[in-house]
Amino acid sequence: MANISSPVSEPHAEPSVLARALKEAFFAGLVSLGLFCLFVGVETYQNINNELVWRMRWGLLAVFVGVAAVGRFLNVAFIRPALDKRKLAKAKSGILDVSEDKGFFHRHFLKIALIALLIYPPVSVMLRGVQGSLLLVDNFGIQILIYVMLAWGLNIVVGLAGLLDLGYVAFYAVGAYSYALLSTHFGLSFWVLLPLAGIFAALWGIILGFPVLRLRGDYLAIVTLAFGEIIRLVLINWTEVTKGTFGVSGIAKASIFGIWSFDVGSPSNFAKSFGLPMSSAYYKIFLFYVILFLCMLTAYVTIRLRRMPIGRAWEALREDEIACRSLGINTVTTKLTAFATGAMFGGFAGSFFAARQGFVSPESFVFIESAVILAIVVLGGMGSLTGIAIAAVVMVGGTELLREMNFLKAIFGPDFTPELYRMLIFGLAMVVVMLFKPRGFVGSRAPSAFLHTQKNVSGSFTKEGHG
Amino acid sequence: MVTGTATTMSKDPILKVEHLSMRFGGLMAINDFSFEATRGEITALIGPNGAGKTTVFNCITGFYKPTMGMITMRQKGGKEFLLERLPDFEITKRAKVARTFQNIRLFSGLTVLENLLVAQHNALMRASGYTILGLFGFPAYKKASLASIELAKYWLDKASLTDRADDPAGDLPYGAQRRLEIARAMCTQPELLCLDEPAAGLNPRESLALNTLLRDIRTDTGTSILLIEHDMSVVMEISDHVVVLEYGQKISDGNPQFVQNDPKVIAAYLGVEDDEVDEVIAEVEQVAATVGHGTGSTGERP
Ligand SMILES: Nc1ncnc2c1ncn2[C@@H]1O[C@H](COP(=O)(O)OP(=O)(O)OP(=O)(O)O)[C@@H](O)[C@H]1O
Ligand SMILES: [Mg+2]
Repeated sequence: MANISSPVSEPHAEPSVLARALKEAFFAGLVSLGLFCLFVGVETYQNINNELVWRMRWGLLAVFVGVAAVGRFLNVAFIRPALDKRKLAKAKSGILDVSEDKGFFHRHFLKIALIALLIYPPVSVMLRGVQGSLLLVDNFGIQILIYVMLAWGLNIVVGLAGLLDLGYVAFYAVGAYSYALLSTHFGLSFWVLLPLAGIFAALWGIILGFPVLRLRGDYLAIVTLAFGEIIRLVLINWTEVTKGTFGVSGIAKASIFGIWSFDVGSPSNFAKSFGLPMSSAYYKIFLFYVILFLCMLTAYVTIRLRRMPIGRAWEALREDEIACRSLGINTVTTKLTAFATGAMFGGFAGSFFAARQGFVSPESFVFIESAVILAIVVLGGMGSLTGIAIAAVVMVGGTELLREMNFLKAIFGPDFTPELYRMLIFGLAMVVVMLFKPRGFVGSRAPSAFLHTQKNVSGSFTKEGHG
Repeated sequence: MVTGTATTMSKDPILKVEHLSMRFGGLMAINDFSFEATRGEITALIGPNGAGKTTVFNCITGFYKPTMGMITMRQKGGKEFLLERLPDFEITKRAKVARTFQNIRLFSGLTVLENLLVAQHNALMRASGYTILGLFGFPAYKKASLASIELAKYWLDKASLTDRADDPAGDLPYGAQRRLEIARAMCTQPELLCLDEPAAGLNPRESLALNTLLRDIRTDTGTSILLIEHDMSVVMEISDHVVVLEYGQKISDGNPQFVQNDPKVIAAYLGVEDDEVDEVIAEVEQVAATVGHGTGSTGERP
């Protein structure tokens, strides 16, 4: 550590660093005491007479304050001097931080990731057994991939075309209810309804687009937010069709192209046909591959579209709408196609969601979902598929992981429920990422065409779009 | 001087602006302004700051709808378009009028090459069957996309930007950005190119390169150019015809020599009061008489 290795060069600097660290730790503790004393310190509960009363949780509060103070102390006293020294040493030796040739892992990242995803279900079955793999495949795998797909869909609207859409979950809802209602009323199969749901959502994208696309920036954001709420309220109040808050249940499961089914009573049941023990895990594994395929489709279409005139027009629109018009680009149809394409992938994801849950209700399509999807797009780096996928793994996987963290109970007491802190940690993570990587995990943009060499465009040149 | 009259009537006008007026609230930014631009020529529109030059451009290219007046674009084939009735993007797409902006508007996060490809959007869109055919890799689109890169290469070369083709447009120096904006406008294959102060902020060397580029555009592609410019060396050097605007009204119209010696233009640029104009005119005429050159000016006041 710094205080051991540098006493010769700066003998007097050390006590001042420690003193400053102590001071800053004290202030950090004070600030966190102020912040958390109501958030964490006060607990409300009902007593035997059903009265709402409160008590202070001093122990928990002390843990929070202690973590903040100790963390600050360690940072100022040890971590920062060490980092500074490393930077100085690097600057002295004159080696540039950016190396041109990337490592093997870096170059083949996409292939490795795809292979890892393909073998993920069998590996988790091997590790945890058929029933035990449910958690890994369903809660982590499928859950994350749904968000990856949603974020990639929203990326077309926000990341490429620069249109801030706060109501994206509406298209997810349209897709989910399209599948739920059409399959329960008309008995259509998943594979017929999947494209239909996409088309319906795209239509809604266009219907929303027409009045809204004259608006720009903040105004567009607010109206899309309202649109998302309208769809949700319609779903709640149009009880004859949607059954309101009760939701639609008993939605048919997807089948393997109509050959094998996953219904328990069905003669062509997958497990029965192969003589396997009955388990819902097979269905989840099948769904994992379905959503993986849908994600790949989204990525493929996005990559292809970016190299086509429409994709370039989207990005140009994000950069400068007036210049687009001066080049003869019809900005209205360009925006509408962006909205419709993004909405279509939202619709696909929605119908998949309905098939997975077997139950849809308006509660799944609240504003916070839109916010989370948007946060993933922004954190990942607008426009970058890889960055967004990483962000989805970190954010969604991280919050799922919280549910599993029972050992935290040992630290914070038995009635500590980590998933209640989900949003707090989510917000904290966002702040941290935005501090260190203001353009998201992958801030640079790969050009869609090149003459001599393909050089990534640094995020400082690209714009976020204004509506 | 025969051509130096106030009413130049060209035989083959590409653009005819008649009685154009544009009002912003109480401000009459352009007031009954008429002029013509001849096909194959460089027409310069000059005037002091705030005269309304950019506003004229915005009316021609559809970014403003004029309060009054008619703007007619006549293409090579004889097809006519009334520009004040077309939406802005169709003016570029169908009437074939392209423009640049006084404050450069590049797609700064796209590379130089991509900027030039975006400009060929409409042609590529058609070739890709409005994306559908292109998505499935039809050969027609592949051919068109190769052709679009060839066109981009041609203009990269003309604008001497070939070695910066893969850099972000926002990373270019100012002069190169100006040239790129012109190259991008040319990639829409226009018949009339409108340039709003292309030499603003350029150093003398860049300014010279710009002159060459503009002359090349005119001679190689036959594109007519409408040019707003403050830099008189550029105007006098390359333009065939100059129109002078002051407070939204035309005060002079003719070839560069004529306009240069027009006392009203001199007065406008020296910034004298209205009642002093007569004095200035008298002064200028006196000087002209002593030097022994007729200015050809009628010296009439509006
Ligand atoms: N959108 C607008 N709304 C209100 N007034 C405007 C608008 N656009 C231009 N004007 C006014 O019209 C007048 C002419 O402006 P314009 O930009 O056309 O001048 P210009 O000749 O291009 O000047 P410069 O040489 O400085 O570019 C100015 O007084 C300006 O304030
Ligand atoms: Mg101007």
